[in-house]
Amino acid sequence: MALQTVWFALWGLLWAVYFMLDGFDFGAGILYPFLGRSEEDKSAIRRAIGPVWDGNEVWLITAGGATFAAFPSAYALMFSYLYCALLVILFALIFRGVALEFRAKGTSAAWRRNWDVAFFLGSLLPAVLFGIAFGNIFRGLPFDSFGYHGTLISLLNPYALWTGVLFVLLFLVHGALWILLQTSGGLEERALRAVRSYWPFLFAAAVVFLVWTVPATTLEENYFLHPYWLIVPLLAVISLISIGIWVAQRKPRSAFFASCCTIFFVIFTGIIGLYPDLIPSRLDPASSLTVFNASSSPYTLKIMTVVALAFMPVVIGYQVWVYRVFRHKTEQREASEASPY
Amino acid sequence: MDVLSLSRLQFAVTAAFHFIFVPLTLGLSLLVAFMETRYVQTGDTMYLRMTQFWGRLFLINFVLGVVTGITMEFQFGMNWAEYSRYVGDIFGAPLAIEATAAFFLESTFIGLWVFGWNRVSKKVHAMSIWLVAIATNLSALWILLANGWMQRPVGFALRNGRAEMTDFGALVFNRFAWVTFAHTVLSGYVLAAFFVMGVSAYHLLRNAEVPLFRSSFRMAAAFGLMGAILVAGTGDLSAVQVAKYQPAKLAALESFWETRSAAPFTLFVWPDSRNERNALELLRIPKALSLMAFHEGDAEVKGLRDFPRDKRPPVLPVFLSFRLMVGLCLLLILLALIGFIKGVRGRLERSPGYLRIMLWSIPLSYIAVQLGWLVTEMGRQPWIVYGLMRTSDGVSPSLRPSQVVASLIGFTLVYGLLAAVDIYLLVKYSKRGPDDDLSGILKSSRAKEA
Repeated sequence: MALQTVWFALWGLLWAVYFMLDGFDFGAGILYPFLGRSEEDKSAIRRAIGPVWDGNEVWLITAGGATFAAFPSAYALMFSYLYCALLVILFALIFRGVALEFRAKGTSAAWRRNWDVAFFLGSLLPAVLFGIAFGNIFRGLPFDSFGYHGTLISLLNPYALWTGVLFVLLFLVHGALWILLQTSGGLEERALRAVRSYWPFLFAAAVVFLVWTVPATTLEENYFLHPYWLIVPLLAVISLISIGIWVAQRKPRSAFFASCCTIFFVIFTGIIGLYPDLIPSRLDPASSLTVFNASSSPYTLKIMTVVALAFMPVVIGYQVWVYRVFRHKTEQREASEASPY
Repeated sequence: MDVLSLSRLQFAVTAAFHFIFVPLTLGLSLLVAFMETRYVQTGDTMYLRMTQFWGRLFLINFVLGVVTGITMEFQFGMNWAEYSRYVGDIFGAPLAIEATAAFFLESTFIGLWVFGWNRVSKKVHAMSIWLVAIATNLSALWILLANGWMQRPVGFALRNGRAEMTDFGALVFNRFAWVTFAHTVLSGYVLAAFFVMGVSAYHLLRNAEVPLFRSSFRMAAAFGLMGAILVAGTGDLSAVQVAKYQPAKLAALESFWETRSAAPFTLFVWPDSRNERNALELLRIPKALSLMAFHEGDAEVKGLRDFPRDKRPPVLPVFLSFRLMVGLCLLLILLALIGFIKGVRGRLERSPGYLRIMLWSIPLSYIAVQLGWLVTEMGRQPWIVYGLMRTSDGVSPSLRPSQVVASLIGFTLVYGLLAAVDIYLLVKYSKRGPDDDLSGILKSSRAKEA
């Protein structure tokens, strides 16, 4: 297999893992004003993602860095074409992180209220905008050999907006399941109810998305060409159904696992459909950025492959270990004694 | 203004802002790691309270360094698309490695450190802050290897319409980058040391928590003195690299116009760029510039007039920043030395005048490191990659000025707000002093040990 193809798969993997991990942070942030009724509940939600959000966000930085290193032309065009959208994502991520860190450091009601709003918007906006961005990438961007012909408004087309809705629902269910796993008492109950009420909407949104993808994009061509890849969207649907079943059986751990799989397979449904394009052009297919015309030199790809093989297993190893350290629910007593949040 | 000037201004603003937080993270992570190690070794709860007090200030600063760092990575593609396309084959690699080898380590273990007091043993907890400190310094290495390549491009060939990497080893062992790395992280240590000394001075002046802050001050004074001396030493090595690979920058640093051998160093200078000379020159030290730049008294130093005007950096700001930075560095060495001696002799609490000076010296180290970056980056102009690509050729072709005006206004507002909140919180928690009640942590860590 060509190294370009390997890096395309890795590129997809980095995004999929990023959404799988930071997705529950976003979901928890969106649910925060609705599930967090008391100060204790709010603090419990912040603590549920407190130890891990920063490590999760690095998957985004790595996805960005890997795009730069492996597909520099795609990185350059994608980031400059989507300038305004990325800017809003940046500001949102800045406020999300700062809100989590600073909220507990002031005492006035206004201070808390403002950082609560920042945490909510800082979680909602990236969820929607990443969805819109990926919807547009799946659909193709309006550029040709003369440059980019799109506007901010043209990014807000119905299919991309729907992808935004899908992302939000995916993360809502994912975040609610994470809260369910990490908290206890009334909050745990409310999180369970949230999963149950959002799941049907997620299911409907996902089905509409899969069906709509056929006329809106050219992603389906790869699946006609190589039908065995249909296993991936199929697995996405199976995982999605499993969430519902496992929640009904009160098996939150399994349901959360299924939710991870759902996000993973939804992203890969798109990624497989894109190949060999990284960013298809809507105007002129010959101008599309593919893994071959946008990639780094074979030498650089080889170096990066060695780096990835050397470091990623270690990274995954210690991240799994830290997740295991924090796998038990935080008890109220322990929280009040030594928690910074 | 056009997209180019706006993008340059935006990059300068966001990089300078990011670099308010990074140096403190670099140095304070190590100091907090020392403190916690002392606690683990001695079991003395004073060191635990110290760790917690400085750790809290560290975290306020740390998060801003993290979130403003994402901006930097995104901006290469957003505003400098042509640069990214042209050099991405070689420049992207160190950025990706930085994320993989350093950011993951840093961000994963900071979470464990903050939330793990009750979850892991004392030793594992101390290990996690050491990993954060190591990772932070590692990330500085990789980003400076990337920057070092822009300063002195190595290990590449021009083909397929771009710069392609041909020798990864040359990129990694770029001497220019390693010298800059040492100089930069050491200046971060100095900044953190002055931060700790300044805040400690505040409490010592009030006779509050004297043993804890005396001990913090002494630790920081030793660290800061060592750092400041090494900053000067690596600065000298840096000058040699600049002289060798960036002769126009060297000439601008000294506002040196006429090429000559055995070049003197002039103590007081005022550049007059329009007439390509100095309006004022006072107190010459013969051969000193040749000595500093090439470690050889008779070496020839190329003057600015021998570079076409469109290949010179802006002289006045580069020159002034450099002079001021060097002056501040010497002052900081002196202050740290006095603090070190007073600390050893046990005279700190009886030197209110000195403590007051130290409290107000905190901004000096911040100014010095900012000037250092200004010198490095502005001195590289008009090149984005020295001698290879002009800054004006690197900007994104698809951008419109209105977009960059909007983003620049956005960054100014958001960053202004963050700066205000940061200063408010740092002052608040610095003044509050260490917590008394550590019963929760002590109880559960005892349970873990047992």
